[in-house]
Amino acid sequence: MAKTLEDVQQRKKAIGWDGKTLKQMRKEMDEISRETGHYAGLTTLSFKETDPIRFEKIYSKLRGGVVHARETAKKVAASPIVEQEGELCFSLYTPEADSIVTSTGIIIHVGTMGAAIKFMIENDYEDNPGIADKDIFCNNDNHVGNVHTCDVHTLVPIFWEGEVVGWAGGVTHVIDTGASAPGSMPMGPVQRYDDGYQVTCRKIGQNDTLSKDWLLESTRSVRAVKYWTLDEKTRIAGCHMIRELVLDVIKEEGVEAYKQFMREIIEDGRRGFVNQVKTMLIPGKYRQASFVDVPFKDLDLPSFAKLNTIIHTPSKITVHKDAKLEIDFEGANRWGWHPFNATPVSITSGIWVMLSQTLVPNDRINDGAYYASKFGIPYGSWFNPDDIRSAHSNTWHALVAAWSPLWRGLSRSYFGRGYLEEVNAGNAHTSNWLMGGGYDQYGQLSAMNSFETSSCGVGASAVQDGISHSAALWNPEGDMGDMEIWELLEPLIFLGRQILPGSGGSGKYRGGNGWQSLRLGWGAQEWTMFVAGAGVMATDCGLMGGYPASAGYRFQANKTDIKERVAKGLPIPLGGDVDPDNPTYEENMDAEIVYRDRQAVSTQETFGDYDVIMNYLRGGPGFGDPLERNPKQVENDLNEKYILLRYAEKVYGCVFTEENGVYTVDLKETEQKRKEIRKERLVRSVPTKEWMEGERAKILNEDAAIQVKHMYAQSFALSERFTDEFKEFWNIPEEWMIYEEDLGVPTLGSHINRFKQRNNIDIKR
Amino acid sequence: MAKYDKKRIGELIDGTLEFYQLKEMMSSHKDPERFEIYREVLQDRVSWDDPILLPYGLHLYIVQKTNGDRIVKCDCGYEFCDFKENWKLHAQIFVRDTEEKMNEIYPKLMSPDPEWQVIREYYCPGCATQLEVEAVPPWYPIILDFEPDIDTFYNDWIKKPLPKV
Ligand SMILES: [Zn+2]
Repeated sequence: MAKTLEDVQQRKKAIGWDGKTLKQMRKEMDEISRETGHYAGLTTLSFKETDPIRFEKIYSKLRGGVVHARETAKKVAASPIVEQEGELCFSLYTPEADSIVTSTGIIIHVGTMGAAIKFMIENDYEDNPGIADKDIFCNNDNHVGNVHTCDVHTLVPIFWEGEVVGWAGGVTHVIDTGASAPGSMPMGPVQRYDDGYQVTCRKIGQNDTLSKDWLLESTRSVRAVKYWTLDEKTRIAGCHMIRELVLDVIKEEGVEAYKQFMREIIEDGRRGFVNQVKTMLIPGKYRQASFVDVPFKDLDLPSFAKLNTIIHTPSKITVHKDAKLEIDFEGANRWGWHPFNATPVSITSGIWVMLSQTLVPNDRINDGAYYASKFGIPYGSWFNPDDIRSAHSNTWHALVAAWSPLWRGLSRSYFGRGYLEEVNAGNAHTSNWLMGGGYDQYGQLSAMNSFETSSCGVGASAVQDGISHSAALWNPEGDMGDMEIWELLEPLIFLGRQILPGSGGSGKYRGGNGWQSLRLGWGAQEWTMFVAGAGVMATDCGLMGGYPASAGYRFQANKTDIKERVAKGLPIPLGGDVDPDNPTYEENMDAEIVYRDRQAVSTQETFGDYDVIMNYLRGGPGFGDPLERNPKQVENDLNEKYILLRYAEKVYGCVFTEENGVYTVDLKETEQKRKEIRKERLVRSVPTKEWMEGERAKILNEDAAIQVKHMYAQSFALSERFTDEFKEFWNIPEEWMIYEEDLGVPTLGSHINRFKQRNNIDIKR
Repeated sequence: MAKYDKKRIGELIDGTLEFYQLKEMMSSHKDPERFEIYREVLQDRVSWDDPILLPYGLHLYIVQKTNGDRIVKCDCGYEFCDFKENWKLHAQIFVRDTEEKMNEIYPKLMSPDPEWQVIREYYCPGCATQLEVEAVPPWYPIILDFEPDIDTFYNDWIKKPLPKV
């Protein structure tokens, strides 16, 4: 049908409120909120104050509806990650992409989907490709602000009488995005172009119907197509339920009331956050740091990526007098050729996930809190790369480490104020990620990423142990999934699941323990596997005398004799590797290749029937001096196999008698032994200032491993403040410096360097 | 809003509450008078008379001295330093920087690799309690964990007078 002039002009009519474009609305919202210190400039909440019941009714209806949309849509999915683990989330936004209400689930995506909508607004999508009622958009582009490629967003505008009244957004963690290795968080990608199929805020459907070209292209671009397709239907179903919900509310309450409501609920969220800060925290400064290893020197990767380094994330929380919460990451080191890079939106959104579990434990998660806080995100750092080539597929490796110390900072406040029940020594490094892909036991091209990680150990509190094998920072509804379900979905048989003694950090209150499962290859063809976890480093400290959770390692055996052993009825490896000082797996099989080492990240290797691989889910950090742990609790830990005997004796200073494998603690002997350990501590320790002299000499002599020097060199190159504080602390002369290019390791992509003139590269972001 | 007496807060400190009681405390809106009750319970328990301004960590307090100084003090009586300084610099330190020392705490392969990361244990010189543990790469500056703004906290936030000598 030919278009009339009126049709064309109609299209050009702005879709924002009062004849404005969405871009104008976004700009005005930022300006007025910044100028007034109140969201949308609201100094009073007239709707909430004059008609609180109606206000709350709208809120409850929206919140309930969004949660309901998630629960219902989830049933559409077949992916175990979505359907079993609940790795999905829905959120409702204002026209300018500020979030109003959010469902349960992976709520980190409140921010990432908001970033995608803002990207469309910023890039004038209103003009081209156009934003119309019943359109469907898709995004998973890491550099738009996503967490990683596998988090696929569906975004649907909500129209009322020609105006955009909001957006519904849904996200699922899909199993595969066609990266250079299978699985949702692959190891192998070192550049954006290895991270898999990336869709940049693309219009994929109109009139509530997906385009054929989109369906063909997307399903030809990923492995595990069945899951991809059903995940998409899940997201669309949820978004459409939310759209109906909003339209129902508008029909009932009127559009003006709805508009006023959405402004006030966000300002209310901002005020609520400020109030919580004043109630729970103590003004002041809190400092902490985290580290996670990047042991890439010996991996099968491009030469510029083959180096060992450490991701460094110092953080300073400032609780200002006016209760503004500021988190500054000055001193963080550079992004690199690994898949652990992140975006500013993903690190800050993740902080909201964490805060919603501690400081603001209520259902009013919206962008109000964002307006009450401030973040310092250094440009060029691993969570703000200055180059669009950065890879992000396994960003969680670095993010979960970076967030963990923030618990400790906040916990010093809770401890000081007496809210001991809120203290938490930190979160586990939620790994190992056990991934693979190929033709599965049904002959289908498929991929897997075991989400047993959603049940790691929790950090200890100031009044009780961390919960064992139970939760993950990113989805507090942790569920390890049933072995029988995983076996249906993955070509791997369970040879057992077992608590790993000593995996939770020791302390007066013990960090929650982690655990291990042992998997046997079965029924797949042309299948490869790899692991991704923190290896040679503990990713956090303990708190107030507690120890960090244990570090990671890997176990894998290929070309085993398990088939023959089963035929002969001989023992085979079963359960966890409960004491790596005295391993038993190798005693119960022969294998051509055995990996038992600290290389806890690996790249794809073929994996056949009767090959064996271990999944080790980490524990949480401990709280308080272990010598103060109630000896009866140590006895219980020992008998329940949460710790090994020698550590019950050495670390906890307990003395036991044993009868028929049951240990009983001798309280009197224990008291004596603990006194002796305290005496030994004073003998073997030195005054800190004395020790500092020796450490200073090591620094002056540049005596440290390359990866350690590399970490410092990068932080020095990016941050003058970190450099100054480092030198001042150690009293190091002005001329001393460590430079990346002197270390004999690849420096490709190291652009920002305060010691150098910038080279002539037009860096794309 | 919940309200708890000294006995209940004492039990909280001792870690003797049942989980359902803790859960209730976690789920309820916070009791604004908690800080004062908590401070009083802790003050009753220490053997010295310096008023506690702020509990600073397990066993550590910022206390008010008669000369106006605010210092970090252990409940054993050991006095570290001014609260603006880092008490760890006035502690005893033991650094686990070899596999052997690591293996005293963690089974093989489950400890940090000391080439990448060491474990620093800070003990009170008075009572040998392990007050803080750092897991950091070699050379890392000792972290000053917490610098509270005590005056703003009392004067503007909880609006209570500072405890006096
Ligand atoms: Zn002491």
